[in-house]
Amino acid sequence: MNRSFFLFLNVLIIATCGLVYELLAGTAASYLLGDTVFQFSTVIGVYLFAMGVGSWLSRFIDKQLAWVFVEVELAVALLGGLASPIFFLGHAYLSFFQVVLYAVVFLIGTLVGLEIPLLMRILEGTIEFKDLVSRVLAFDYVGALIASLAFPMLLLPSLGIMRTSLAIGIVNALVGLWATWLLRPQIKGSVTALRARAILVIVLLGVGIVFSNRLILFAEEGIYADPVVFTRTTPYQRIVVTRGTGGVFRLYLNGHLQFNSVDEYRYHEALVHPAMAAVVSPKRVLVLGGGDGLALREVLRHPNVESVTLVDLDPGMTRLSDRYPPLGQLNEQAYHDAKVRVVNEDAYIWVQKAPPDGRPFDVILIDFPDPHSYALGKLYTTHFYRLLKRHLTRDGAIAVQCTSPFMAPKTFWCIVKTLEASGYRVKPYHVAVPSFFGVWGFSLAKREEDELKVPERVPRDLRRPDGTPVRLRFLNDDALKAMFVFPEDMQLPADEKVEVNRLDNQVVVQYHEAEWKRYVR
Amino acid sequence: MAKRPSWQIGPTRRDVLATLLGVPVALAAGCSRKPPPLPEGRIVGASAGIGHRLRDGLRPQPAEGAWQERAVVIVGGGIAGLSAAWRLLLAGFDDFVLLELEPRPGGTSGSGASDVSAYPWGAHYLPVPMRENRALVRLLREMNVIEGEDKDGEPVVGEQYLIRDQKERIFHRDAWHPCEEPYLHAGESGEDIAQRKRFDAEVDSWVNFRDGKGRRAFAIPIARGSDDATVTALDRLSMADWMRRKGLTSPRLRWMVDYACRDDYGATAEDVSAWAGLFYFAARKRKAHGDSQPFMAWPEGNGRIVRHFAERLRSSGKELLRLGLAVSEVGPVERAGKPGVEVIACDHEGRQVIGYRAERVIFAAPQFVAPYAIRSLPRERIALASSFDYSVWMVANLELKDRPAGPFLAWDNILYESPSLGYVVATHQTGTDYGPTVLTYYYPLTAGSARAARTTLLGTGWEEWAEVALADLGRAHDDIHSLVERLDVMRWGHAMPRPKPGTVWGSERPKAAQPYRNVSFAHSDLSGVGIMEEAFYQGVRAAEEVLAAHGVKSATIL
Ligand SMILES: Cc1cc2nc3c(=O)[nH]c(=O)nc-3n(C[C@H](O)[C@H](O)[C@H](O)COP(=O)(O)OP(=O)(O)OC[C@H]3O[C@@H](n4cnc5c(N)ncnc54)[C@H](O)[C@@H]3O)c2cc1C
Repeated sequence: MNRSFFLFLNVLIIATCGLVYELLAGTAASYLLGDTVFQFSTVIGVYLFAMGVGSWLSRFIDKQLAWVFVEVELAVALLGGLASPIFFLGHAYLSFFQVVLYAVVFLIGTLVGLEIPLLMRILEGTIEFKDLVSRVLAFDYVGALIASLAFPMLLLPSLGIMRTSLAIGIVNALVGLWATWLLRPQIKGSVTALRARAILVIVLLGVGIVFSNRLILFAEEGIYADPVVFTRTTPYQRIVVTRGTGGVFRLYLNGHLQFNSVDEYRYHEALVHPAMAAVVSPKRVLVLGGGDGLALREVLRHPNVESVTLVDLDPGMTRLSDRYPPLGQLNEQAYHDAKVRVVNEDAYIWVQKAPPDGRPFDVILIDFPDPHSYALGKLYTTHFYRLLKRHLTRDGAIAVQCTSPFMAPKTFWCIVKTLEASGYRVKPYHVAVPSFFGVWGFSLAKREEDELKVPERVPRDLRRPDGTPVRLRFLNDDALKAMFVFPEDMQLPADEKVEVNRLDNQVVVQYHEAEWKRYVR
Repeated sequence: MAKRPSWQIGPTRRDVLATLLGVPVALAAGCSRKPPPLPEGRIVGASAGIGHRLRDGLRPQPAEGAWQERAVVIVGGGIAGLSAAWRLLLAGFDDFVLLELEPRPGGTSGSGASDVSAYPWGAHYLPVPMRENRALVRLLREMNVIEGEDKDGEPVVGEQYLIRDQKERIFHRDAWHPCEEPYLHAGESGEDIAQRKRFDAEVDSWVNFRDGKGRRAFAIPIARGSDDATVTALDRLSMADWMRRKGLTSPRLRWMVDYACRDDYGATAEDVSAWAGLFYFAARKRKAHGDSQPFMAWPEGNGRIVRHFAERLRSSGKELLRLGLAVSEVGPVERAGKPGVEVIACDHEGRQVIGYRAERVIFAAPQFVAPYAIRSLPRERIALASSFDYSVWMVANLELKDRPAGPFLAWDNILYESPSLGYVVATHQTGTDYGPTVLTYYYPLTAGSARAARTTLLGTGWEEWAEVALADLGRAHDDIHSLVERLDVMRWGHAMPRPKPGTVWGSERPKAAQPYRNVSFAHSDLSGVGIMEEAFYQGVRAAEEVLAAHGVKSATIL
């Protein structure tokens, strides 16, 4: 086979790589920022424009065309290969992520835009111009087709977004290396340095692949069903967001699922509205935990609410909706509401102080992660629930998320019993949340000296903060009543006894560990 | 702190580590070519300096105008002295002053504080007393630690004062094992399990024991327990001998018992009596097969109790507590035909010298101080005082900027392969589970005689002790060097009485507790076992002795 055939093969590969970078950038941007159509449109636009810039710039290159071509290949390989790591790390650690995103897309686009004009000029004279144009462009478009099919069907599913980037970068660098032989006659002087550089790039990206598991970003990809699009390790926990098809995303804390955007409304409506309905015109609301802002969203639908205080340990969580905009969209920018006050403190420490402004709350919503560690178990103890009374008005109501009564009945009933032992009347209830292994449980509680009835009506006249009326998606009056009915398989078996959870026994942590072990891991 | 010469790796450093932590640790530390720089820190505690000057004959005299009158002077502000003061106030008696050598009260129950947390320098926990320990129940009720009583009349303690889960864990062969007591279950054999059961049965038989007068074998305070010959016979052999006689040879059982003895007495099972060893296990158990009494703890350890006492004294409005004054002379005298006591005290520089003319003294400093401090103490009393032996401890407090990586820190973190006892976490009881904390590292010097251990203790400087603590903790936490911001060291030369065979039920102890002329004695060493409850008991007992002699009517609270 002759040299020009190989050079056309070269065109094909370059074109494939070029399009993969573009698709990678679009995918990463929509993973990280949501709003797929917008992200893909802007990324493609910037990329194509940059290619135009590259093509135009090619006219300024007059000497050593082949040498420049190899250099360009190596630069594309390096930048494109590292694109995904740059996007994900940049998103996790920089606040001006968009700038980095479009800058990288622009640079890659410009370099890719240089490739074809340079090659065409290198090939100029070897064949007739009309043949040259037709072949080069044909191979270019075939490459585009290969990329656009291979990326979603082969590369992304088998390699993931991170390794695809690195692997395609290596392919690009190999093309550059190969070109030092193919174009040897056109290159003046020694090619040793050029080859050494190509090998360096390949080794660098190869090391990236080998240590990709070390790059914590996708160490987790294997654990989660969907691609990881956001990770952050805070002093308190590891936050991970994964994104499935159709814009669905899930949030995990230390590997435990917190919500799935598909059905979280069932959970959050069930957490918030029964307690709000159990109190006459609640004005001051306290949310403990719930840094995702989704319980806040539900609270803010009550127009009578004057203030909401949210206490969450981790600023990484309460700021997540700004860093990961799809969450902000999901919680309807609850954190930007003027009624909301955020305190970043361990709720256990916070409840030991007097209520802010000396005024207790009408409703307290407790949305902590499950008690799977001692640091969380302390938030489910008699001591904690007793301290909480200081923050609750007369006749105020509390709702507590209590894990699944089906998967972990001892844990669930232990929390109920602990509330009772702390001087509350308790009405346990449950709701179906498909993403949470089916059923999830809660407790509605009031002081034992207050009356506690199962609320009969879902609060009416709910509105978005902008005043538009809104209907709940899950709760209606019948569904509300039904939540408080417990079928046989969610009762505590008669022969099982549960203890009250105290700081000095933390039985809830042991129950939780034993019960969930049967289903997960 | 100013620049410190970096401590070169040399034979000295390796020798120190080998002596104090064993050869493998020393070799491992010696392998790292350049030791990581040490954090800031110093030796704390001033008592050794002034203490030695008093021992060597420093006897300053107050100026004529520097004499004051008080009915009672209490010498020593440890738990015993403070308890005595508390008991006097309870009787409405406030014509006294308490003189403490250190600038802070509490003695071996003292504490310190950083920006992050208060932390203990010595005693760090107290088991919940049984209802019979009326006086202690009364104190803890006053502190609002005991909130009421259950249907059996047993005290109910506020949940936040009981040690929160996870309470304990043991580091063994590169992994942490949660545990309920200092016993390592992982990898135990059938024989280990069988011996453990036999040991528990032995303990339970002592828990069930009642003598002719219906007394338990082991009670707290000890004075409430049995003096029956079957019980006191245990005081004549060592705990280790007792185990051998019972055929209890399981290494991990031996380790647990040894750990218990080191923890409570600062000495190994070879060096404490079987009575003391069994006391640890049986005295805190209400019923056979039942649980031991739960433990209470505060960030500053028993320093919380000290603080309560100090606040009570301060709230009287009078200057009842004087700190930083070393008592150099306690002189029983005859004044106008009436017996009295002159007490002379001075500050650490020996510049300020004060005299007190008192009717009575409660001497709440350890017995070993008595021969130097009490003027012309008769020979037999000096012999009594020198019959007490004291254990030797090093305690380090490490201020960390963050938690070591790895699983949740327990309150008590034990290192199985180490001569130290491991560390407790100061922030545990406040529920602060993230970020900076303070670890208190305990190292009793059990090898050899107490005297030899004391020489080692004082001959080992701050840098060497810091190296020891960091190398030891480094076995379990390889990131410890990068986390420690400050490391202070306390050297307790006479940390606590050592209940070697013959101490608790020998003839000396009751004699030493008798008053000498108008001086009553109160210190935990008079119980033979240095725990808070005994210090408290001795203090209250001595105060009641003085109240009675003084003619103040007040029914005993004991
Ligand atoms: C490292 C360590 C850990 C411990 N852990 C525990 C524990 O967890 N639980 C527990 O119950 N017990 C523990 N103990 C035992 C502890 O010693 C007792 O609980 C109790 O504090 C003893 O009190 P005391 O008053 O008898 O003695 P000390 O604490 O020895 O008090 C004597 C006081 O007299 C003062 N003094 C001495 N000479 C003079 C003088 N000439 N003039 C003026 N003052 C003088 C001393 O400064 C001191 O303050 C521990 C001890 C140590 C050392």
